[in-house]
Amino acid sequence: MSASTRLSMRTLLAVTLLTAGALPTRADSEADFKAAFVAAEKAEKEAGALRNQWTTTEAALAAAKKAASAGDFDAAVASAKEAEALARASMFQATSEKERWKDLEIR
Amino acid sequence: MMRAAGLLALLALLTAAPSTQAADAADPAAEAKAFREFFVKKFPQVKLDDFVNGPYSMNEDMRRQWEEKEEFPPYQFALDAGKEMFSQPFKNGKTYADCFDNRGIGVRQTYPMFDATAGKVVTLELALNNCREANGEAPLSYVKDEMASLTAYMAFTSRGKAMDIKLPDDPRARAAFETGKQYFYTRRGQLNFSCASCHVQSPGERIRAEVLAPALGILNAMPIYRSEWSGMGTTSRRFTTCNSQIRGVPLEPQAEEYRDLEYYLSYVSNGLPVSGPGARP
Repeated sequence: MSASTRLSMRTLLAVTLLTAGALPTRADSEADFKAAFVAAEKAEKEAGALRNQWTTTEAALAAAKKAASAGDFDAAVASAKEAEALARASMFQATSEKERWKDLEIR
Repeated sequence: MMRAAGLLALLALLTAAPSTQAADAADPAAEAKAFREFFVKKFPQVKLDDFVNGPYSMNEDMRRQWEEKEEFPPYQFALDAGKEMFSQPFKNGKTYADCFDNRGIGVRQTYPMFDATAGKVVTLELALNNCREANGEAPLSYVKDEMASLTAYMAFTSRGKAMDIKLPDDPRARAAFETGKQYFYTRRGQLNFSCASCHVQSPGERIRAEVLAPALGILNAMPIYRSEWSGMGTTSRRFTTCNSQIRGVPLEPQAEEYRDLEYYLSYVSNGLPVSGPGARP
C-alpha cells in the first residue's frame, strides 16, 4: 500500500468517524423521542390531576406514538413536544381559572 | 415553542372578557334571583316560562319549525320504550317505582337532590342506576338510549311542574352548589370556553348553524331528542359532548363535577316548568 493510499484511507476513516459523531443515529433519535414522550405524558398527567385535559393533547400524544412506531422519530419528537406544550397550556388555563371564573359570574 | 407562546397569548386575551356582574349575591336564593333577572332583563320579550324551550324562545323561525315537529314528536319512541321499561319488573320482582317517592310519577322536578346520608348530589340518572344496582341489576350506560328513555318517561309525567330543587342547610350541599357554579363559569378546553361563554354571554347567537340556548331553564327540557345525534341524549351526554366540542377531554359521565353542575343549574332554574323530553336541532 502506497503512502498516498494510506493517507486517503486515514482521511476517509476520520471523515466517517466525524460524520458519525455529528449526525444523529436511529438510537439517538429514538432516545430523543422517548425523553420527549415521557415529558409530554408527565405534563398531561398533571393536567389530568387538575381535571383539565385537552383532546388536542391526547391527539398529539397518539400522533407521536404512531410516528415512532413507523420509525419516523423526527415527526414523533415534534408531536411529543407539541403535546407537552398543549398540556402545559391546559395546566396554565386550569390554574388561572381558579380565580378568573368569578369575572364572568352573574351576581 | 412559538405555538405554545401563541396559545398562551390567546388564552390571556380570551380570559379578559367583560364581566356580566349585575349585583352582589348573598346566598344561593339571591344568586338564583339574580340569575333569573339577568335573563329576563337581557330578553324582555321572552316570557319567563318560555326560557325552558331553549333556542325556540330566542328565534321565531326555529320556534315555528319546532311547533310543527311537536305534532309528531321525535322523542315519542323513547317515551313509549321508557314507559315499558319503567313498569317491567326486575328479576327480583320489584320495579323502578319501588325506588322513588310517589312511585316515580311526577317527581322529575325534585332532581337532582342532595342526599344527606351519602353526602353527595344524586341526579335522576344516578338514582335510576342506584335503583337497578340495589335490585341486583347491572347499571345502564349514562349516555345511551335506555337511560334517556327512562328519564324521558319520568320527565313526561312531570311536565308543567315547577322545578323544585332543595338546598338543605348543610355545608356539603352548599359546597356542591358552589362547585357546580365554579364549573359552570370556568373556561376549559383548547377553545377556552366555559358553559357561560355560550349560555350566558351568547344565547340567541349562532355558533355555526346552531342557535345557542339560554342557561336559565336549560336542563328543564332534558332528556332531548337531537337531530344532530339522530337520537335521544341524556344530561350526561349533553355535558360530555359540550366538553368535547370545546376540545376538552370530558370527565366520566356522572362525575362529581357534572352532578354538582346539574344541581347548580337546576337550582337557579327553580320555579320554571319541566318541559322534557325536548327536541332540539
